[in-house]
Amino acid sequence: MSILQVLDLGLAILVLAVAGWTIAARELFASVVGYVAYGLLLSIVWIRLYAPDVALTEAAIGSGVTGVLLVTSGARLKRAGNVEAAEPSGPSQRFLAAALAVLVAAALATVILLLPEPPPTLAPEAGQQLAATGLANPVTAVLIAYRSFDTMLEKIVLVLAVVGVWSLAPDRVWGGAPAPLGRARPEGPLLFLDQALVPLGILVGIHIFWVGADEPGGAFQGGAILAAMWMIVMISRLTEPPRVGARWLRLALVAGPAVFLAVGLAGPGMGGSFFAYPAGFAKPIILFIEAFMVLSIAATLPMLVAGPPRRSPER
Amino acid sequence: MIETPPALAGTAGGSLLVLAILLPSAGILLSFVLGGRFAERVALGLTPIGLATAIAIAILVWRSRAPLVYNVAGLPPPLGIALRADGISCVMLVTAALVIAAAAFYARASFATPENVSEARAPLAFWILIQAVWAALTILFVGGDLFNLYVALELLTFAAVPLVCLAGKPETLVAALRYLLFALFGSVFYLLGAALLYGAYGTLDIVLLAERVRALPAVWLAAGLMTAGLLAKTALFPLHLWLPPAHANAPAAASAVLSGLVVKGSFFLTVRLWFYVLPALPGAAPEAILGALGSAAILFGSVLALRQPRLKLLIAYSTLAQIGYLFLIFPLASGVHPWIADGWSGGMMQTLSHAFAKAAMFMSAGLLAESLGHDRIAEFAGAGRVMPATFFALGLGGLSLMGLPPSGGFAAKWLLLRASAAAGQWPWAIVMLAGGLLGAGYVYRILAPALTDGAIVLKAPPQRSREAIALALAIVAVALGFAPQSFFDFLQIGRAAASALP
Amino acid sequence: MNVSSLAGLVGAALVGLGLYGLIVNPQPLRKILAFNLIGSGAFLVFGIVARRGAAAAFPFDPVPQAMVITGIVVAFAASALAVALILRLQEETGKVTLDPDVPSKPPVTGASNP
Repeated sequence: MSILQVLDLGLAILVLAVAGWTIAARELFASVVGYVAYGLLLSIVWIRLYAPDVALTEAAIGSGVTGVLLVTSGARLKRAGNVEAAEPSGPSQRFLAAALAVLVAAALATVILLLPEPPPTLAPEAGQQLAATGLANPVTAVLIAYRSFDTMLEKIVLVLAVVGVWSLAPDRVWGGAPAPLGRARPEGPLLFLDQALVPLGILVGIHIFWVGADEPGGAFQGGAILAAMWMIVMISRLTEPPRVGARWLRLALVAGPAVFLAVGLAGPGMGGSFFAYPAGFAKPIILFIEAFMVLSIAATLPMLVAGPPRRSPER
Repeated sequence: MIETPPALAGTAGGSLLVLAILLPSAGILLSFVLGGRFAERVALGLTPIGLATAIAIAILVWRSRAPLVYNVAGLPPPLGIALRADGISCVMLVTAALVIAAAAFYARASFATPENVSEARAPLAFWILIQAVWAALTILFVGGDLFNLYVALELLTFAAVPLVCLAGKPETLVAALRYLLFALFGSVFYLLGAALLYGAYGTLDIVLLAERVRALPAVWLAAGLMTAGLLAKTALFPLHLWLPPAHANAPAAASAVLSGLVVKGSFFLTVRLWFYVLPALPGAAPEAILGALGSAAILFGSVLALRQPRLKLLIAYSTLAQIGYLFLIFPLASGVHPWIADGWSGGMMQTLSHAFAKAAMFMSAGLLAESLGHDRIAEFAGAGRVMPATFFALGLGGLSLMGLPPSGGFAAKWLLLRASAAAGQWPWAIVMLAGGLLGAGYVYRILAPALTDGAIVLKAPPQRSREAIALALAIVAVALGFAPQSFFDFLQIGRAAASALP
Repeated sequence: MNVSSLAGLVGAALVGLGLYGLIVNPQPLRKILAFNLIGSGAFLVFGIVARRGAAAAFPFDPVPQAMVITGIVVAFAASALAVALILRLQEETGKVTLDPDVPSKPPVTGASNP
């Protein structure tokens, strides 16, 4: 076995071990920390699978922002008291669940090893159509050109998630702002992080969005980094979450899907079909749409972490 | 450019499919930004346009006797996404448009923004969520790509779950959380199955998969995983635990949409999966299993409905039973036999008539709860005299649920009975007859106390317009019983291609 | 055993682990973690399908990778919605349980579950 294969095997074992830790840990906080570590290890797996765009997304959103969400909510639950409210499952239920889990995992593993050869793929078609889009990153092409309909609908799903989260507020605080993300006033290391890291992070985010047209990256990854920067600033209390009734916030949240929808609607005039782009002019339009997507993602992810409004609008 | 094979080519009028999806989608975004009272106006304003679009699509499919197809971005599958509307898509589109329009106008009284504020939580959320349900259902009914349908399933979940707990009461929060967990389990298993199908065939387009699918282990596992996920979302026995508390405690307009339409979305997807993607799988075992689970749901749901003291819970358990009837379409319409047309028509007729009947019943139950202050059936004595229109709507809806003529429910069960007799599959017939008797039992339970004498005090008389809406839906459920043969022929459009495969 | 097969086995194991955690763990927040595990297992299956789809044009098939990116974002949104529900439930009832018979009593500080 070569060194690389040994490393791969080690990585696989590590991923499974940390995943097992996430399930088995007694304390909620330990479980969440395990999950964040798991996400980072998973990003390395994605690199090994030649999927740098996915690795970036997993690290930023799957592990990063989800981690912030779970840690913040775990802390809120703990502060409110009584986290361990329910009785654990009995041994018979555990046995049955384990049997089912082993069955499903074994069936999956068998089927995966028996997938047909030669593997079917859309890579050649994706390559053929790539020239028309002017992009060099095929994943971006799939997301914003070939299957743009999926991506636009997914942006609308994000808006719905925000509406759903906000709808969980008590009536009397509607229009107000969510609770602050952080606890203490900024000081020491956190302040330094804000001053040094955040401006850099914003530049990195914009850069990753911009180069995503031709290299690994794109709107989701860049937007997630910008979202993380806003969250850092909110966690360190340099700025507070905005009121949910604020018009600018609403516009920022819908800008991505709205621009996408509008451009898609204009498709018949430009490229012959809805969501088609005019030949030769596709890349600028794609970047235009992606810019607004970055804005929306950077606004949506922190608002989903911040949660429903908790303070009356008058404050 | 590669030549598009004729099976995948777009058809004239296919643009309507995109418009049907983009209309409520734009409505969501507009409502969110404009906020306040505009959300309600946008939602209500779009309902007639959406209904017109759905009817236009149906007319085009009727005229051409073939499905309407649109390749988004001009790119045909496998690389692009196709939208397809066949006979069953059209009837579901029109049904969804009608029921959502009815629920929207019914809900105006409960979800109007108060005078003294510019925006309130529950109204804004409601008008956005109901448009999202509509958008998601539209995609589910016309989507031709399994991953596109996954995104639609997620949209539907994110729209339906907050509707359950919109009032904010603790029991609704628990019900919503449980619903969300079941729904997320469903989505992720559906996604897992889709991954296996892509791994086996390199596409997730329904028409292309139908051509390529063979009986590989990957396909069997994918079918099992996706079906398990979709059954959890459709609340088929034994994955039904989440539905009764969720539907019973939601606001009445929301319950109407949830029971009438939302569970039909994942059911429709199950039909698409088994009749359009997987007909090449040999044997009748999977369909028989689905039929058996449906039978269990019919009996289990009906018996539990009989025991419910609260009207809304009774109606919710009745939904469980009626969903069971839907799954009899699988054993009775699969394969190539003389009776599959009856099975197909029966299953679809059940879907439609239940949508209208259940929506009408939940709306009536909502009116009752508001006027009486409670929904305990035992204390309905004399209510029939003071709220005649409401109880008439309940009665007509119950007629369809029981399967008594003339009603859509009767037509559905009659067709399914005929199919099971022709197929020699007697167990389904016995279950349906038992279900019909039990249904009669619980409908009688609702209506009987109300028709007895009793002094009853109304907190407030129900609004005539809202009663009229509930009654109109119930009348549609009954009118479906008079559907001509051409209606059932319409349901077959687009189906022949699927069933002709080996 | 090449990377794709190994990753595929990891994905299968993750689905099993997540399913076990989803069923067995009574706390809703832990169930959300388990659901995320199943989700990442499903994404890994897409990932190995993408890697196996290497052709002359690219060392991977971009379509499944795009689907994974979409899936990761949607899974995060789902987690956020679930977490918000759990927190609200905690505020309203003082405990987090999926027991359907939850009385609508206000949370009492320091009181144990009757």
